[in-house]
Amino acid sequence: MNSNIEIPVMADLFQKGEEADVLLWIGCAGSYDDRYKKVTKTFVKLLHHCKVKFAVLGPEESCTGDPARRAGNEFLFQMQAMANIQVLNGYNVKKIVTACPHCFNTIKNEYPELGGNYEVYHHTQFIEMLVKEGKLDIAPIDGVQDFSITYHDSCYLGRANDEYEAPRNLLKMLTSDLREMERNRSNGLCCGAGGAQMFKEPEHGRKDINIERTEEALRTGANIIASACPFCMTMMSDGVKNKEKESEVEVLDIVELIAKGKKL
Amino acid sequence: MDFSPLAQIVFLLAVAVTAWLMTKRILRIRSNILLGHGVNHQRSTSESWKNVILIAFGQKKMFKKVIPALLHLTVYLGFIIINIEGLEIFLDGLTGTHRVIARLFEDWQMTAFYTLTLNMFEFLCVMVILASVFFLVRRNILKVKRFEGREMTSWPVLDANLILIFEILLMFSILSMNAADQILQERDYPGFPKTGTLIFSEIFAAPFYRNLGTETLYFIERFAWWFHILGIFAFAIYVTYSKHLHTVLAFPNTYFSKQEPKGHLTNMPEVTREVKSMLGIQENGNDATPQEISRLGAKDVTDLSWWNIMNAYTCTECGRCTSACPANITGKKLSPRKIMMDVRDRAETLGQFKAANNGKVEDGKSLLDDYITREEFNACTTCNACTEACPVNIDPLDIIMQMRRYLAMEESGSPASWNAMYSNIETSFSPWKFSPADRFNWADELQKEADNN
Repeated sequence: MNSNIEIPVMADLFQKGEEADVLLWIGCAGSYDDRYKKVTKTFVKLLHHCKVKFAVLGPEESCTGDPARRAGNEFLFQMQAMANIQVLNGYNVKKIVTACPHCFNTIKNEYPELGGNYEVYHHTQFIEMLVKEGKLDIAPIDGVQDFSITYHDSCYLGRANDEYEAPRNLLKMLTSDLREMERNRSNGLCCGAGGAQMFKEPEHGRKDINIERTEEALRTGANIIASACPFCMTMMSDGVKNKEKESEVEVLDIVELIAKGKKL
Repeated sequence: MDFSPLAQIVFLLAVAVTAWLMTKRILRIRSNILLGHGVNHQRSTSESWKNVILIAFGQKKMFKKVIPALLHLTVYLGFIIINIEGLEIFLDGLTGTHRVIARLFEDWQMTAFYTLTLNMFEFLCVMVILASVFFLVRRNILKVKRFEGREMTSWPVLDANLILIFEILLMFSILSMNAADQILQERDYPGFPKTGTLIFSEIFAAPFYRNLGTETLYFIERFAWWFHILGIFAFAIYVTYSKHLHTVLAFPNTYFSKQEPKGHLTNMPEVTREVKSMLGIQENGNDATPQEISRLGAKDVTDLSWWNIMNAYTCTECGRCTSACPANITGKKLSPRKIMMDVRDRAETLGQFKAANNGKVEDGKSLLDDYITREEFNACTTCNACTEACPVNIDPLDIIMQMRRYLAMEESGSPASWNAMYSNIETSFSPWKFSPADRFNWADELQKEADNN
């Protein structure tokens, strides 16, 4: 492998008078969460592999404001949003890709009325485009017969933005054994982390939502739970640990599965 | 024949009383809905009509569950189509005639058409009875889970059953009326024009009536006629107090429903103005005078939009939202159906109070805490399962969000961990307490990993 992985930062490009085709928005989980940092790195490797001219904001990136807005703090959300929009517009950003459905939803649907208009893609949509444009050839994971995958729909990609098929189309290129949970697509069950629930303990109840969803995923008998969202990743991984199944079932982001197939 | 003027007077009186009661009630509902403020949804008219046609009229979202969808479609078609027969009954009542339309078709020598139409009505009658019985079985014997829940107290349960029993009785009265009518025609009772054979009443009701005397039959026919028309009037009034208001409100509710992607939350322009002035961003075009901010978010129904309250009056308590809600499924107190029922109950109570107190809308209570607790709306994951599940595009999430906004911005009452999350975002621009200087560390790590390979 090429050991030099360049990660262009918007500010540097701007100084050199260069432009990137697409801004890669990392998100807070992708920047700080040890597990999701792996997804960030893998996606960056994949973008390199496909020779995509991307750039990141680097230290200039900041929370989109999604958790503040969902928890009810509209002031804080709009402060964050406007500051981000000023940065993005300052760099004349047109196209954004992100591996976080929450960032994706906020930038795509909620920034326009605050003055931020961009073409926004979730990483699964972007990768699907790369495949269609012939820039990426997805190879099945070795020993494909041994892999059965079930896909957990992220609410903010699925119901919130009607994207059910891009992740599935990619997974079908990786395995012939894609298993659906009982509740899938528009009927998919939330992992329990949305709406800022990621940042507090759940209310009192019979069971935690991620356990309910993990049990459903385990019932498919698949040995990989594919996710496409940092929060789902945390919730499903915790669920699998709670059920003591981590030796049999892995929770992986779709881009990690693709990278596995390509041995990136 | 005795279609006496007395009967006509009684009929007219019944029409007048019904019209009076309904007008009063409709005006009250309208004023209750208008307790809410304006709506700032972006809406395209063509999309609105598409929603009315597909979702309200075409019941598209009902078909996610096929069996109840088919049963519901039967009752719905029966409700609309059989009421065409109501037109003849109404005209007869008003003018003191008997089957005035049958006579008209007789004159045009088109009795066959009348016969065919009435047979279709009778077929639908039988289907509606079957569907209603099936519905009663699902509710009371099979005890379908989504019809249960903390908010399904005695009145909502009774309301659902009453409507079904009402439907069945109304359908039986049509069949009885037609059966007696047919036998009276056979016996050449004066003033009864030929309808042709009406198959379903002939099969199901006539056998019980054939041995009865002519005057008894006449009494039965009249009784069924009055029962049916007065039943329809009573039903019409009852509907305005019942969850069955969805039969009417589903149409405007889908017309005015949100058209943005489900993930989009309604913006708060009053906050935007404030934030822009704080950041020193000039607003071009808009006048600079800051508008007075009344209250951020919603503490009571008066803080909601009229569309939110219309949503509540449209809710038919089917429980599809609650049975899809991840919080509810896992035993939390949140139930989107309860949110809607609480908003309606609160609007009703406040509307009554307002009418009795010269327009005053402060009765010392509020939607927050007195109806909906913090524990309920704090449990929402904003996953949109409820809005997706609702067959008539009701949006409990919009109400939940407005209540969270009130709590966060007016009372600083968000759960402690959320307050901590806010201050993390304020100080380190991430919901977690990490140093902003470390945000880009992953890049160095990636470089190191690549070097080690």
